[in-house]
Amino acid sequence: MSAPARRSFGHPIDLKRGVVELAHGSGGRAMAQLIEELFSPALSNAWLDQGNDQACIDLPSGRVAVSTDSFVVSPLFFPGGDIGSLAVHGTVNDVAMSGARPLHLTAGFIIEAGFPLCDLKRIVESMARAAGAAAVTIVTGDTKVVERGQADGLFINTTGLGIIPANVTLSGDRARPGDRILVSGTLGDHGVAVMSLRGGLAFHTSIQSDSAPLHDLVRVMVEAVPGLRCLRDPTRGGLATTLNEIARQSGVGMCIRETELPIAAEVAAACELLGLDPLYVANEGKLVAICAAEDAARLLGVMRAHPLGRRAALIGEVEDDAHHFVRMQTAFGGNRVVDWLSGEQLPRIC
Amino acid sequence: MKYIDEFRDGKTASRLARRIREAVQPGQRYHLMEFCGGHTHAIYRYGVQDLLPDEVRMIHGPGCPVCVLPIGRLDMALALAARPDVILCSYGDMLRVPGSGGKSLLKARGQGSDIRMVYSAADALELARQQPDREVVFFAIGFETTTPPTAVAIRTAFAEGLANFSVLCNHVLTPAAVVNILDSPEAREVGNVPIDGFLGPAHVSIVIGTEAYERFAQGYHKPVVISGFEPLDVMQSILMLVEQINDGRAEVENQYIRAVTRRGNVKAQQIVAEVFETRSEFEWRGLGVVPDSALQIREKFAAFDAERRFPLLYVSVADNRACACGSILRGVAEPTDCKLFARTCTPESPMGSCMVSSEGACAAYYQYGRFRNLATLAKA
Repeated sequence: MSAPARRSFGHPIDLKRGVVELAHGSGGRAMAQLIEELFSPALSNAWLDQGNDQACIDLPSGRVAVSTDSFVVSPLFFPGGDIGSLAVHGTVNDVAMSGARPLHLTAGFIIEAGFPLCDLKRIVESMARAAGAAAVTIVTGDTKVVERGQADGLFINTTGLGIIPANVTLSGDRARPGDRILVSGTLGDHGVAVMSLRGGLAFHTSIQSDSAPLHDLVRVMVEAVPGLRCLRDPTRGGLATTLNEIARQSGVGMCIRETELPIAAEVAAACELLGLDPLYVANEGKLVAICAAEDAARLLGVMRAHPLGRRAALIGEVEDDAHHFVRMQTAFGGNRVVDWLSGEQLPRIC
Repeated sequence: MKYIDEFRDGKTASRLARRIREAVQPGQRYHLMEFCGGHTHAIYRYGVQDLLPDEVRMIHGPGCPVCVLPIGRLDMALALAARPDVILCSYGDMLRVPGSGGKSLLKARGQGSDIRMVYSAADALELARQQPDREVVFFAIGFETTTPPTAVAIRTAFAEGLANFSVLCNHVLTPAAVVNILDSPEAREVGNVPIDGFLGPAHVSIVIGTEAYERFAQGYHKPVVISGFEPLDVMQSILMLVEQINDGRAEVENQYIRAVTRRGNVKAQQIVAEVFETRSEFEWRGLGVVPDSALQIREKFAAFDAERRFPLLYVSVADNRACACGSILRGVAEPTDCKLFARTCTPESPMGSCMVSSEGACAAYYQYGRFRNLATLAKA
């Protein structure tokens, strides 16, 4: 289709020195100009370009997976990504954990007045690149501007749609005693990368966020093992929280082995310094998979053959336990509970 | 991780475990108190207990500064934080502890108080330099480990003539607490202190040295082994204590020789003595009022003492009567003996000192060890 004729707004918005103003969210001419000059060039596609308040989509047949997530990360730019790419990856991954192929996203922006337009442009372009790489289109969106002090720069909400292959049923309540637990790679990279930039915590690290879209890794996994029980991405609360969620949903216990956990040396060192436990630190490009024992070797093989699963590992087993404990055999030779995170993970002082 | 993994090696651990099993004598009791929350945390986090024979029982002591800080002192910090002119700086693990009415520093921050998490007193001092129009108060807690940095911050503020920096001092003293435990009425009632030896603090001892423990090792005939915080340090120290008990010795031994000396850090001790003096008494959560067990800021530095600078009133706040923390800290009860444990008292809503920080005995047991006593939990 041909692009609609460009409207004239007089002076173009100043993408170098300009800032977001309350008028940019008021629904008037200023907002139309912001969309046309900043959002559209980056995100242009047939649905968005129609300029309607909704996108009308023909979906392929099959069950639809829907997920929504809001992104409030601070700082907005961090080693290995930014809030824009994260907002795409986070929702793409939540949709993909159902086994679905993600197709479309919506994007809602809540922007604080005074936010630099150059940063907004950088973030929107990063979203566009991330969406392109994940083969999803951002089909509709919304922009609101709030007064200074009412948002921490910028918040983004994305909602994703995907189609689940016919023979795939993944769910957190399907783990059974004897099943195997796998992770797709190193733990805690995202949390440590973001924390390294937080005020008062500044320390130098080469750690990059692992923020990445996992839909293609999921595709090869469900193709190889259609009977896969469950996938989940261990974001906030880390691996420990994800395993506890699944254990409770499925009514089982779990036992993992500390010696099998893939943790980058830099992440382990940073956690040591800050008094954090990497099991509770966030990931944005990793998944936990649970499969039948007989499928574990094949699943691990296809995961390791994929670029996003090179450091995949089999970390433990599902067991029968009426109390739904997640236990860990420590590298030291003992046992401990891997409990739900209580409150926020805060550093210890001594 | 170099210099860390070596102290967490599973093979060495199982060799040490075998030596402890071989050393333990039938019929002999080995009830060992690890004073420090750091040790408690290591024991649970690495599962050290699983490697010990039944005869060796670990008792978790009061050496967690967050745990023993009485609610009334936290209320003072909350009162300060409520002032619009104040920026309150606190260590991270203090933020979640509930004060009176369940209000924590974290909640107060959510309601608009300016509360910053810092990693050291020096961070708070720097903030005071950057914000000359605000009153920056450092909420100082901790044993002898964190006291010298607080003293340095006060001395520096004095030298620079900083007019907007002060310290709410809650620094406490390890030896006073140990003596209090050994002298406790509960211990006397039993007729015998149920503690056969002490795993002495690691970081505290770097500052105060091993000689600080000689008095009560002899006076109370209890062996002390100063132990590092890594799990192999703990295992080796347990073996050293078992051997002392077998030999009938009550000496101060130093396992943590890579950091601790007999005299300790004399320079740090001098700076602390210059800035602080002993308080005649201080309330410890779980232990009650303990004489000569804490520090206050000397008159010379009064301008930097938040208690003199602001109108603050200390009101003692009692814990729930059913709370067994006092008995747990003295080694006469286990966390699972407490009626509140894992029922109404959890890390999310702690009711007593041992549950408020992950270094507390109850929190460590709840978080890492409660699969050991499923029957208790099934009733919860």
